[in-house]
Amino acid sequence: MQYRFSSGRNKLRRRIAEGVPAPIWVRPAIGLVVLLTGVLLAASLCIAGTGAEHPIPSAIQPESTPADAVYHLSFLVVSIDAAVFVVVFALLVYALVRFRQRSGEPEREPPQVYGSTQIELAWIVIPLLLVIILFLATSRVIHAVQDARKPASAVEVTAIGHQYWWEFRYPKYGVVTANELHIPVSTSARTMPTFLQLLSADTDHSFWVPQLAGKTDLIPNRSNEMWIEPHEAGIYLGQCAQYCGTQHAKMLLRVSVDTPEEFSAWISAQAKPAAAETTEAAGKRVFETTACVNCHAIQGTTANGRFGPDLTHLMSRKTIASGAADNTAENLRMWIQNPDAIKPGSLMPAMKMTDPELDALVRYLRTLR
Amino acid sequence: MSSEALAMPIAGRTSRPWMLILHDWLVTVDHKRLGVLYILLALFFLVMGGLEAVVIRIQLIRPHSDFVSPQVFNRMFTMHGTTMIFFVAMPILFGFANYFVPLMIGARDMAFPRLNAFSFWLTAFGGALLYFSFLGGSGLYGGGSAPDVGWWAYAPLTARAFSPGNSSTYWTISLLVSGFGSIGTAINLIATILCMRCPGMTLNRMPLFAWLNLVMSGMVLLALTPLSAAQIMLLVDRYLGGHFFDTQAGGSAAIWMHFFWIFGHPEVYILIIPSFGFLSEIIPVFSRKPIFGYPVMVGATVCIGFVSMSVWAHHMFTIGMNSYANSFFTLTTMAVGVPTGIKIFNWLGTMWGGQLRFQTAMLFCIGFLFQFLFAGLTGIMLGSAPLDWQLGGSYFVVAHFHYVIVGGILFAVFGAFYYWYPKMTGRMLDERLGKLHFWLFLVGFHLTFDVMHIPGILGMPRRIYTYEAGRGWEVWNLISSIGAFIQGIAVLIFVANLVLSYFRGRKAGNDPWDAWTLEWSVTSPPPAYNFAVVPTVASRRPLWDRKHPEDPDSQYE
Amino acid sequence: MSSTAIPASATWNLPNRGKVGMACLIIAESAIFTIFVVAYLFYVGKSLSGPTPRQVLEVPIFYTICLLSSSITVHFATKLFASGNQSGFRALWFGTILLGGLFLFGTAREWHKLIYEHGLTISTNLFGTTYYSLVGLHGLHVCVGLLMLTAVFLFSLGGYVGRQHSERLEVLSMYWHFVDAIWVVVFTVVYIVGR
Repeated sequence: MQYRFSSGRNKLRRRIAEGVPAPIWVRPAIGLVVLLTGVLLAASLCIAGTGAEHPIPSAIQPESTPADAVYHLSFLVVSIDAAVFVVVFALLVYALVRFRQRSGEPEREPPQVYGSTQIELAWIVIPLLLVIILFLATSRVIHAVQDARKPASAVEVTAIGHQYWWEFRYPKYGVVTANELHIPVSTSARTMPTFLQLLSADTDHSFWVPQLAGKTDLIPNRSNEMWIEPHEAGIYLGQCAQYCGTQHAKMLLRVSVDTPEEFSAWISAQAKPAAAETTEAAGKRVFETTACVNCHAIQGTTANGRFGPDLTHLMSRKTIASGAADNTAENLRMWIQNPDAIKPGSLMPAMKMTDPELDALVRYLRTLR
Repeated sequence: MSSEALAMPIAGRTSRPWMLILHDWLVTVDHKRLGVLYILLALFFLVMGGLEAVVIRIQLIRPHSDFVSPQVFNRMFTMHGTTMIFFVAMPILFGFANYFVPLMIGARDMAFPRLNAFSFWLTAFGGALLYFSFLGGSGLYGGGSAPDVGWWAYAPLTARAFSPGNSSTYWTISLLVSGFGSIGTAINLIATILCMRCPGMTLNRMPLFAWLNLVMSGMVLLALTPLSAAQIMLLVDRYLGGHFFDTQAGGSAAIWMHFFWIFGHPEVYILIIPSFGFLSEIIPVFSRKPIFGYPVMVGATVCIGFVSMSVWAHHMFTIGMNSYANSFFTLTTMAVGVPTGIKIFNWLGTMWGGQLRFQTAMLFCIGFLFQFLFAGLTGIMLGSAPLDWQLGGSYFVVAHFHYVIVGGILFAVFGAFYYWYPKMTGRMLDERLGKLHFWLFLVGFHLTFDVMHIPGILGMPRRIYTYEAGRGWEVWNLISSIGAFIQGIAVLIFVANLVLSYFRGRKAGNDPWDAWTLEWSVTSPPPAYNFAVVPTVASRRPLWDRKHPEDPDSQYE
Repeated sequence: MSSTAIPASATWNLPNRGKVGMACLIIAESAIFTIFVVAYLFYVGKSLSGPTPRQVLEVPIFYTICLLSSSITVHFATKLFASGNQSGFRALWFGTILLGGLFLFGTAREWHKLIYEHGLTISTNLFGTTYYSLVGLHGLHVCVGLLMLTAVFLFSLGGYVGRQHSERLEVLSMYWHFVDAIWVVVFTVVYIVGR
């Protein structure tokens, strides 16, 4: 320790700390910290996932193996962070209280200390050790998640990001759908993780359903991979997490984790084309003779446009426009006639149909279960 | 070239025609005047960027708000980020560097005064060009207004196909131009610090503020230039039919990300390092002790400079790099926290055993210490790739980086204002208004950015113009928005303080804080030539030596 | 005020600011070129169509020798200038400009051939984009260097360049050496590695 005193200041080392009230700002500062801690705790307890639908896409309520892995790693990271914070915070507060200039004291300079090699070493070595611990723990999780091998029983999904909707294909089953993903739950008795291949048709997107996994980006001209292994059936929410243009905000995700039986039933239904005979022939004609077919496909008809979502089983979905609106007749009508009312800036054009045409079309679309 | 002895006219004392004064300021090459011009430019853009933030926060105050359209919102967050980084933070730090580095090292000006002026005007023009986009961005095809691609302008969103019109071009060219200005200033600072120190001022005796600006300038040379290169490539793509980032032609979107973040990460260290410089000057003076561990502080800064050039892909943990790359960048990101933490400990060591005075400048520095500590720790969380897979791209990151930039850099900048305003103008800033500014801003800052971490944990991504109800995000967004207004009021109080004190502040004298570096040895404001006689120094605190001739620092270094 | 009154004490010597400034500029420019080189290397072999480097590139040995020799001439020109040999300086300086100009002519010839005979433009494919950008950026720096060299040459013809400008000439020659060094890298990457 290199230090020296200016003339005649040994007395300065003794302080009269007791009985002197803390500066006015200390209590509000402490109060603020307590308040914030309480708020954070309350927040974490407020998360209720009731029933089948999990309305709050919380990363600290994981329901799938990769999300669990992240969550458990976060305990270690946050604990180390919290310990460092508490220690340094306490030292800072102590220093501010203990060494403040008190009125009435003679204005003489305190001991001029220039540094201390031992102390410097201590606070280099200890953080380095903490970094090494954190790195090793993190590295294990990185490899566990990213280098996981795909088992034979895995469900394979290809997700293709578009502005501003999700295309999902199940290559093994020949199913093409959009926006709402169905995957089976995976139990210890029957492991059935879902492996997704992520592609993009235009700009960057990111698939993020916090309760199921961390996010992975969909980047054009690049194939990414991620996996989910959900433990509990239910609906999980998420949305695109990489700014992709005007309607990035409404590129929502809805993942339905089904029991294996439900999943098989859903797959079989999705694999079927639309019924050849339909009660709404007029509406079907409208569809097939307007520009709809340029972008949309309905299996079993001549329409095979791929720019927009596949509509073969439109009514099996709870929402339209990638979650921007509930799948009701009025919303469907509005979406076709004036998409800007629901999702301004989306690439769906206003179809400018007459009312009878529109009515017939909507009635037809609502038969596509 | 000013014919007046004073760098800034004292209100009421000048009787020259205002056009001549304006002309002097427009053609000046005096580092002090250019410093002031940089600061005024930054304050102007701070208000613009702040308005954009207010629009953002109003729109997000409740779900499905229609205060602004998605198109306008997307422009707001793009312009807010671009403005704050390039036209507020960089200019204000360059402004203080310009003003005080030559004074602190005993020089009469920067190494290249005309380059200095040129750099400033490039920056100013860049800012004007960026804001002109509101008017001119539509181009021939009516494609747009201000840029709306986010301040990182990821490819291929910036390709002609997805960004028609000129709005992305305004982003590109305005930053290219101001980038060259920044590079010019960096060259100037390095040449000044290496070649123009007064006799006796070895590098080992230079004020830490000068050291930190030296490291920062070195980083500017190596970090701003990749962005310039990438922007030239983007212009080739948009205007010459090139395919650098054209994924349809086999190009790579990821390579833009790499180039951008090779700039982007060092950039935030470029912003924080001069802020460290402010703290390293202010805390010792208000603790009445020299900085604790000067050599270690220098070493840690150089270390940060190097290591921070190797962490960039922690902004890309989600793009699908392999596990080895993700592990590597996790390691380097966490490693850079070590020298950064050392600095916090050294400031703590400076205060320890001192005699702390809590004037406003010091209050802001203390706020910095707590907030930067917290921000650094959330940074460690984000530096762990798996945690980033959840928290990246969400409001957790937005909260983290605002904690660093507002809670860290802006607090340090406010501290620098209160500390050096007397030197620049000859008048003290009002302490009562200052404390009001501090407390109000502190409350607003914490209201906004503390709770902002929570929606991120609950799944709210960033850059969304609206959000769904029922996801647990509403109340936190509401609180954040309220805090934003409080911060706005505090900043207005600050601006009022700046203006009022200029006319009515208490006269400062040469050395109102009883400080120890060379700028306090000249009048407030300094004469145009800085030093009548170039000083000779024998220690790190030349004025301590003068004030304590019986006990000079030079015996102990 | 750009000059500092430094006391006569001979022990306080700091580097020359022109040289430090130019060194900084060189560092910054090197970073820009590095990014273009990285892009070039990254995209080698990734073009989806069009002519490949092997098909259309001819190694420009002669023009490279011209450019690299110009570094030698500029070096000796500054040496002669420092020792007072004005006419020798002018001759070598002019030689530098000539050699640099020859290099640019060579680049122009090469580009003419590539565009009109092989149909390779900046928008043809990834190779075209990266090639013209990298070589073009370098060529732009050669142009700027030549302009500066010519300006100095004209000033010296008019008798305006004196012994007190010796260091400035050295600074300019540093820039010219940098341009040559960059060409060594570009040449290696484009004509050797990339083919």
